[in-house]
Amino acid sequence: MAEQFANLFEGVWWSSYLAPTILTILLILAITVPILLGVAYLTLAERKVIGWMQYRKGPNVVGPFGLLQPLADGLKLFLKETVVPSGANPVLFLIAPMLTFILALIAWAVIPFDDGWVLADINVGVLYLFAISSLGVYGIIVAGWASNSKYAFLGALRSAAQMVSYEVSIGFVIVSVLLCVGSLNLSDIVKSQAGSGFWNWYFLPMLPMFVVFVISALAETNRAPFDLPEAEAELVSGYNVEYSAMAFALFFLGEYANMILMSAMTSVLFLGGWLPPFDIAPFTWIPGPIWFALKIAFVLFIFLWVRATFPRYRYDQLMRLGWKVFLPLSLFWVVATAGFLVAFDLLPTAAQ
Amino acid sequence: MAFAGFMFYIFAAITVACAVMVVTSRNPVHSVLYLILAFFNAAGLFVLIGAEFLAMILVVVYVGAVAVLFLFVVMMLDVNFVELRKGVRNYVYIGAVIGGILFVELAMVATSWSLGPELASISLGPVVGEVHNTRSIGQVIYTDYIYLFQGAGMILLVAMVGAIVLTHRQRAGVKKQVIRDQVARSSKDEVTLVKVQPGDGA
Repeated sequence: MAEQFANLFEGVWWSSYLAPTILTILLILAITVPILLGVAYLTLAERKVIGWMQYRKGPNVVGPFGLLQPLADGLKLFLKETVVPSGANPVLFLIAPMLTFILALIAWAVIPFDDGWVLADINVGVLYLFAISSLGVYGIIVAGWASNSKYAFLGALRSAAQMVSYEVSIGFVIVSVLLCVGSLNLSDIVKSQAGSGFWNWYFLPMLPMFVVFVISALAETNRAPFDLPEAEAELVSGYNVEYSAMAFALFFLGEYANMILMSAMTSVLFLGGWLPPFDIAPFTWIPGPIWFALKIAFVLFIFLWVRATFPRYRYDQLMRLGWKVFLPLSLFWVVATAGFLVAFDLLPTAAQ
Repeated sequence: MAFAGFMFYIFAAITVACAVMVVTSRNPVHSVLYLILAFFNAAGLFVLIGAEFLAMILVVVYVGAVAVLFLFVVMMLDVNFVELRKGVRNYVYIGAVIGGILFVELAMVATSWSLGPELASISLGPVVGEVHNTRSIGQVIYTDYIYLFQGAGMILLVAMVGAIVLTHRQRAGVKKQVIRDQVARSSKDEVTLVKVQPGDGA
């Protein structure tokens, strides 16, 4: 037995199965642990930023500057009881929050943190991200249905319609960026923005699409001013009204992880990913992942800023914005970009 | 490759099991959810044969959009499917006969089917490892099959227009917000200053 076990660690078993598995698990942990920490401190950052914008202090009691507040919140939610309503469908009721959380995390597999720092460097990276983010709606719609409650169901229906609508314009925005890149690989997208500095990034030549993308990202993550699925004034709390304890927490962790993911997507597509804003000495000393984190933090700040500034949209206005403004605009931009690239013979041909 | 074979059997087994559950589960919402799981595992099978682009498009289009609307409709339906199934016994013989014929036909095709030797050379499929399958699909669709591709697009467009024409109805007397009118409003047209005398009211 012991000899067999020792044999496990040499030969083909070790080199082609066990070692890659262990390495992959370590890499996954190296990505998810910082993201979960980021999620925890994003909740604190949100309350702090909105507090400052409203001339308050925000949480400042637990720990220095309130820094231990997320841990206290997490502990509180962890110790509470998970209540499954008697009319609910128990299996789907518990699967829904897990689904939301898992989908928010597995999308990170293709995000490049630096040149070559990516877990799965697949050649359809953008499509993978798009596919995973389009699955996110299931967590919410299943939660709303399985709760067997009218408020939860109304919230789920709103959310499903909203996310499907804004996905369309996000898709066209991505297409117009891809036209300039010529590859679906996320590392290639960042590399195609390399050069002298921030004026090479896509947010300048594609400024309208950048704006459309950020607003659609707000709608896609159900954030204010598009947080209709959980409009507390009309729907109590929307799809998560029947949830408690960790099941409730998983929804929120998923929502915040999705915010960070959308910010990462924005910085990869438009803000040059890990590239420094100027390609000269003091800026190039700072490693790529730090630039990437700074850009994510900047986009996240926009998310929080918008939440503190704008009132919630009415539902018909939300649908009008998605279908009658963003969809024609992004479609026109795809045609215009393609026409421009063909007319001036700028189509990317390098990437095979 | 052993691992890919192992994954094939996992994906295939889940796909088949889900397909069975779609037909047999009592709750229609569960049926749709099993259908979604079946789609997802079919995408896994696509990845295994090296067609990542098709796999992702399958997830985006079918799982992310079509099945959501499906789920949407099924959740809103108030149909007792157990009640509907009561008459199923009357049709079970016809169904069995049709199913049997189809199965025999499929079995005959499956046993006698073979690929002609000259077909391999004129196959339009991509050569694995030389170009990404996204690029090779684009090269095939937009060159050899461009008319068929555009024709398929036209059919979809006509179907979409037809669906909208059939379901859209203009109702009179519905209050709708006209954004243009609202933006064109100015305070001069809408606000009147009234000097109210004490005791008269406005």
